[in-house]
Amino acid sequence: MSHQSDLIATDIDAYLDQHENKELLRFLTCGSVDDGKSTLIGRLLHDSKMIYEDQLAAIQNDSKKVGTTGEEVDLALLVDGLQAEREQGITIDVAYRYFSTSKRKFIIADTPGHEQYTRNMATGASTCDLAIILIDARHGVQVQTRRHSFIVSLLGIKHTLVAVNKMDLVDYSEGRFEEIKQDYLEFAKGLGLKDIHFAPISALKGDNVVNPSENMPWYTGESLMETLENVEIAGDANFDELRFPVQYVNRPNLNFRGYCGTLSSGVVRPGDEVTVLPSGKSSKVKSIVTFDGELAEAFAPMSVTLTLEDEIDISRGDILVHSHQVPESHNRFNAHLVWMSEQPLQAGRNYEIKLSTTRTPGRVSAIHHAIDVNTLQQSPTASLGLNEIAQVEIQLETPVVADDYKRHKGTGSFIIVDRLTNATVAAGMVIGQDADAGSIELHNTSALTTEARARRFGQQAALVSLSGADSTTADTLLYTLEQQLFAQGRMPIVLREGQLEQAESLKAAGLLLLTDVDTAAADLSIDLSSLSGTPAEQVQELLVKIRQADLI
Amino acid sequence: MGSRALINRKSHTMNQLPEHRLTHLKQLEAESIHIIREVAAEFDNPVMLYSIGKDSSVMLHLARKAFYPGKPPFPLLHVDTTWKFKEMIQFRDRMAEEAGMDLIVHINQEGVDMGIGPFSHGSAKHTDVMKTQSLKQALDKYQFDAAFGGARRDEEKSRAKERVFSFRDKHHRWDPKNQRPELWNTYNTRVDKGESIRVFPLSNWTELDIWQYIHLEQIPIVPLYFSAVRPVVERDGMLIMVDDERLPLADGEVPMMKPIRFRTLGCYPLTGAVESQADTLPEIIQEMLLTTTSERQGRAIDHDSAGSMEQKKMEGYF
Repeated sequence: MSHQSDLIATDIDAYLDQHENKELLRFLTCGSVDDGKSTLIGRLLHDSKMIYEDQLAAIQNDSKKVGTTGEEVDLALLVDGLQAEREQGITIDVAYRYFSTSKRKFIIADTPGHEQYTRNMATGASTCDLAIILIDARHGVQVQTRRHSFIVSLLGIKHTLVAVNKMDLVDYSEGRFEEIKQDYLEFAKGLGLKDIHFAPISALKGDNVVNPSENMPWYTGESLMETLENVEIAGDANFDELRFPVQYVNRPNLNFRGYCGTLSSGVVRPGDEVTVLPSGKSSKVKSIVTFDGELAEAFAPMSVTLTLEDEIDISRGDILVHSHQVPESHNRFNAHLVWMSEQPLQAGRNYEIKLSTTRTPGRVSAIHHAIDVNTLQQSPTASLGLNEIAQVEIQLETPVVADDYKRHKGTGSFIIVDRLTNATVAAGMVIGQDADAGSIELHNTSALTTEARARRFGQQAALVSLSGADSTTADTLLYTLEQQLFAQGRMPIVLREGQLEQAESLKAAGLLLLTDVDTAAADLSIDLSSLSGTPAEQVQELLVKIRQADLI
Repeated sequence: MGSRALINRKSHTMNQLPEHRLTHLKQLEAESIHIIREVAAEFDNPVMLYSIGKDSSVMLHLARKAFYPGKPPFPLLHVDTTWKFKEMIQFRDRMAEEAGMDLIVHINQEGVDMGIGPFSHGSAKHTDVMKTQSLKQALDKYQFDAAFGGARRDEEKSRAKERVFSFRDKHHRWDPKNQRPELWNTYNTRVDKGESIRVFPLSNWTELDIWQYIHLEQIPIVPLYFSAVRPVVERDGMLIMVDDERLPLADGEVPMMKPIRFRTLGCYPLTGAVESQADTLPEIIQEMLLTTTSERQGRAIDHDSAGSMEQKKMEGYF
């Protein structure tokens, strides 16, 4: 539905014309349960006349039963979601809400702000142009404010609106607002947020949400709604470099071969020289075909069909770029990862990586460091659990165009899918190669620590002695175990009689050594005669023992 | 380079969009086409659920745009409860022919044999057997691994959290607590055999967007959306159109002839008409915008309780 406007009754055609030309702005609301987030959204909907009478009657009814606002209508009840959440009194997922004013159509991604919902916040943030960060005026900048701001910066949201809420509870104090504003600016310095707006509001009473506040005459800036309507988002997209991931090849008959896709960046015109990646073959754009006729140009984020002058082999997953701006393809790149599954990351395990229209087997080949979402502190880690964020290295089986996320959202983002459960287990943002280029750090001693090597291989360097079996059995167990470890992404090697003098240097390289020699130099000794069952079961048991010894 | 210069020179006149900006409708259109193509590219056996309503009309139009100059590479499926308005059925057959797409019509024959209907069994039972169960039967019969639906998130609270690609298990059940995270426009399309995805390309459209787009694109819709004088009777405070002789009339009851139209379309005994003179799209939109009750009030199914739609979805209702 839409806002109220006199034009609707007096001149519907003029109203439709106005509505037809609106821009779309997507925004995220970040706040914890007590920050008044649902009340703010309810207020935006209510004050922009987005609530039908039957809905209002329903929440007036509900306010008396379960509301928490006393005399006022509990606007938060407008936006509560599923039954389970209503009973718990909190929102637990991403909910999308819609409203419009005479200037813009808005989509709100409403997400919970607690730390255990980092995954939901990242999900909501991924499509947004702007983030509203709610701060309770009584409490000021809190741990959660840092967390929300970090995720906003990580997901590349270009505009931030800090709403200092509950001003009614601090006597509408200008001093308090200024203090919080300075605190926020100070802490946000390191985050790289480019465009920060502030507004003192009371979502409950309606001050400065849509209408200017009579209680804060000292505030002459925009109301929250005015910022939402006016913030300039035209320059946010990348129109400089073409990225056209081929989504679908359209061959309705022998005379037509079109490449369907959505421009994730850039502008394309007929006659443009384009190169297909990864093949590197080039051609010229013949036409931009749409149901509504051929176009003179197409730009992000339009969905179109391109035809080329030459018949070259192109399929889904290929990407068309301008021939004078060909990016490199990579099968190894760094990225920020938000882990989204209850099952922790297994470094080295094979997952499916979906990046624009490609689905490629790959793995997290190294975890450089974890990032604490509250303090932004970096620390080494061997694994990642639900809602944890880290900087990692991704390794794919085949190279793809993986752009810097900050420059190309579409070709710089990916999801990781568990190939067994089909669950989406992580979301990633590519860190551009350029970031490091030209800044090679020089070293005159080894900067590679034992820990760094252990992280890369997901194992502790160690010598494991498996003795007490006949040589045939030992052969089977050693080489099966080696293969199993390798399949997990580890770096094992089998050393036989006479090769043990190399053990120290191989350990220094970070490898996991397996031998059938009974030696006192072993870090872990297992008597094979103590094992029972089939050889396969024995290998399973060995894997357990190695894990129990914390070597993997 | 040239494009960036144009962007920076853009005008700020209200509602005059600068170059390289899409209107919200064009942006929604592009996103929906992206979603529809993604399904065609990633699934073995997709289908488009076609309910003949205005949202389905927009969805079908977008599908035709997505694959132009070809035809959409999937069939249409209509789950026919046998109680749809006659005009809906005529319209359905005409649209399928015009689009050059295969149309599968599925009717729950067990339900027909048991004589299930809204008058004899009530709306809840009728909807469950002839719609929810029937849909599951059809999906099982044809082994579809993806099914497009025209639902919008702004329709109802429980839909606000629905994914665009919504996973269903082997029993077609939706688990609101175990949904896949959905980021950017990167959709996880993996399913095992027997499992499926419901895909909602109109997720981010509002009712006004739908009407505005129908108006701009001149998309055909069932004439029942426009006002005309039609025979109606009053039942439980709703105006019900007498579409055929199955509607029980009281002794001596004569249907009233009134200028009416419909805001939503479904089974005729369960769909309330509104008295209206609106017989053009701008008038319909005007009436909708000036109305003070939300869209789904015309449907009997939601009246039970606020959580009823969520319950139905978990059972496999679309």
